[in-house]
Amino acid sequence: MRIGRLPARKARILAVRYLGAGIVTLLFLFPVYWLFMISFKTPDEIYHVPPLWIPGQIQFSNYYVLFRDGDVLAILNSVIVAGVSSGVAIVLGTLCAYSLARFGTGGENLAMWIISQRMIPPIAVVFPIFLIYVYFGLVDGYFGLILLYTAFNLPYVIWMMRGYIVDVPLELEESALVDGLNRWEVIWKVVFPMVRPGLMATSVFTFVFAWNDFLFALVLTRTEVITFPVMLTHYFGGQSNFWAKIAAMSVLGTLPIFVAVSVMQRYLVRGVSLGAVKG
Amino acid sequence: MTLSASFKAAEQRRPSRFGRMLEDRLPYLIVAPAILILLLVGLFPLIYSLIVSFQRITMTENDTSFVGLLNYAELFRDTRLWASLGHTTIITAIALPLELLVGFLMAQLFIDRMPGRQIFVALLVLPTVISPIVAGATWRLMFDVRFGPIGQILSFFAGEPVRILWTVNPSYVYPAIIICEVWQWSPFMFLLLLAALSNVDQSQLEAAEIDGASYLRVLRAIVLPAIAPVIAVACLIRGLDLVRIFDIIWALTEGGPGSMTETISLYTYVQGFSQFETSYTAAISFLVIALLTLITTLVLKRMELAR
Repeated sequence: MRIGRLPARKARILAVRYLGAGIVTLLFLFPVYWLFMISFKTPDEIYHVPPLWIPGQIQFSNYYVLFRDGDVLAILNSVIVAGVSSGVAIVLGTLCAYSLARFGTGGENLAMWIISQRMIPPIAVVFPIFLIYVYFGLVDGYFGLILLYTAFNLPYVIWMMRGYIVDVPLELEESALVDGLNRWEVIWKVVFPMVRPGLMATSVFTFVFAWNDFLFALVLTRTEVITFPVMLTHYFGGQSNFWAKIAAMSVLGTLPIFVAVSVMQRYLVRGVSLGAVKG
Repeated sequence: MTLSASFKAAEQRRPSRFGRMLEDRLPYLIVAPAILILLLVGLFPLIYSLIVSFQRITMTENDTSFVGLLNYAELFRDTRLWASLGHTTIITAIALPLELLVGFLMAQLFIDRMPGRQIFVALLVLPTVISPIVAGATWRLMFDVRFGPIGQILSFFAGEPVRILWTVNPSYVYPAIIICEVWQWSPFMFLLLLAALSNVDQSQLEAAEIDGASYLRVLRAIVLPAIAPVIAVACLIRGLDLVRIFDIIWALTEGGPGSMTETISLYTYVQGFSQFETSYTAAISFLVIALLTLITTLVLKRMELAR
C-alpha cells in the first residue's frame, strides 16, 4: 500500500477491479443461469429460434413432470446412497484416522497405502467390481452402491481426519485419561467435539463425491436404484433431447450441493486439496 | 506423561478383563473395519482382475484356461487403444495449463481485499462443485446449433449467421470439450491459488515494491517460488482427474464423432460393457494403472527434488 496517493486513483483502480470481477463472474455463471432459466421455460420457449434469454414467466411444469412421472426417485436414491455411504465412511474413517494419528498403527506404510487407494482410477476397478457384483447379486441394489461409495470415500476421510486429529492438543487427551476416562470415552467426549468442524466439512465433501459420481452408478444400476446423474443421461436421445427434463433434473440435483458447499465454504480449500493447502 | 503411559494408568483403575482386552487391542480394532472394506472393494477386485487378465473370457466364451501374456501382447497391436491414449494426452496437455492460467489470473484479480469479495468467490466456485455430468449437459444446451446461445452470440459478433455443430463437427469437438473442462475446473485452480497467494509473505512484497521492482520481476522472484508447492499439488490432483476424464465427454460427445474423442476411460468402458471383452478389459485396466502409477511416482519425485 503506497502512502500519499490520491484517493481518486484508488477509486479508479477499485472500479476497474470490480468491472473485471463482474465480467469474470458473468462468464462463469452464465451457463448456470442458462440451465436454471431453461428449467422454467415452456416447450415453445425452449425450442424458439433465436434462443430467448429470459423466459416469459416463471412456471414449474417441467418440475411437475419430473414429480408426476416419478423421475425424482432418482434424486431420492442419490440422497440415500450418498447419505448413508458418507455416514458410514465418516464413522469408520475417523476411528481409523484416530488410530493412525495417535498410535501410529501400521506406520507410514499403511497411511501411504490408504491414500494410494484414492489414486487408482475408477475405470480400472469398475469392471472387476462389476463382475464380482454380478456374481454376488449386488448390481442394482442400495447395498452394493453404498458399499462401493464407502470404500471410495474412506481413503479421503482417513487422510483428512488424520490431519484434523493431529492438530488436537495431546495434553487434552492425556488429562482426560488421568481423570479416569477410558479410550472410547476419550475419543467420543474429547476428540470428536474438537474435530467437529473438520468432521462436518469432510462429511460434506464425501457426500458431494458420492453424489456426483457417474461411472460407478452407470455400471452398477439398471432400473431400481438409478441415481440422478444416470437418470440425466437417459434424457439424451439420438434425434431429440428432452431439454426441459435435462434442465429441471440438473437443477434439482445441483441445489443440495449448492447449499452444502455454501455452508462449508470456509473449509473448501483444505477439502479439495486433500489438506495439502490449509485454507 | 506420554499418551500410552497415561492409557496404562487408566487401565489399572479398570479391573474388568474383557474391558482391558478391548482397550489393549483398540488401535487395531478401530482400524480393522475401514481396512477390511478397502481390501474387499479396493484390493480384491484388482487381484481378481489380474487373474482374469491372463485368461480368455469374453461374452460368448467363459474360457478360464490361462493364456499367459496374450492379452497384454494384444494391447500393443490395438491402434484404437493408443489413439484413445493420444486423445487423453491431448485433452490433458491443453486443458491443464489453461485451467492453471485462468485460475491464476482469477486469483490475481481477487487477491486484494475489496468489499463483497467473499460473494464473488462463493459464486465463482459453483462450476467446480456441480456434477460433471450436469456440467456436460449444461454445455450441450449451450452449444446446441439451433437453440443454444453460443451460436447466437457468435452470429451477433460475426454479423452473419454462424452455424457450428460443436459436438459433432470434428474440428470443434475438442474445443467444445476443453471449453467445458476449463469452465468447470479453472475455479478449482482459482480457489487453491487464491489461498496460496494470500499466504505469500507480505513484508517481502512490500520491500520489493519500495525498491521499485516491476510486477513481472516480483512475480518471478517472490510470488511463484512461494506458491510453487501449491501449484504442484493442484496440477497433480487435476492431472490425475484429467487422465481419467469420462463424465464430461460422455455427456457432450459420447466419444464421437466415431471414436474421435474417445479417451482411455471411455475406451475401457466400451471394451468392457459393449464388447464384453472381459479378459482384454482387465488387461487394459492394468495398463492404465501402470501408466498412472508411473506418472504419479515421477511427479512426486520431482516435487520432492524441487523442495
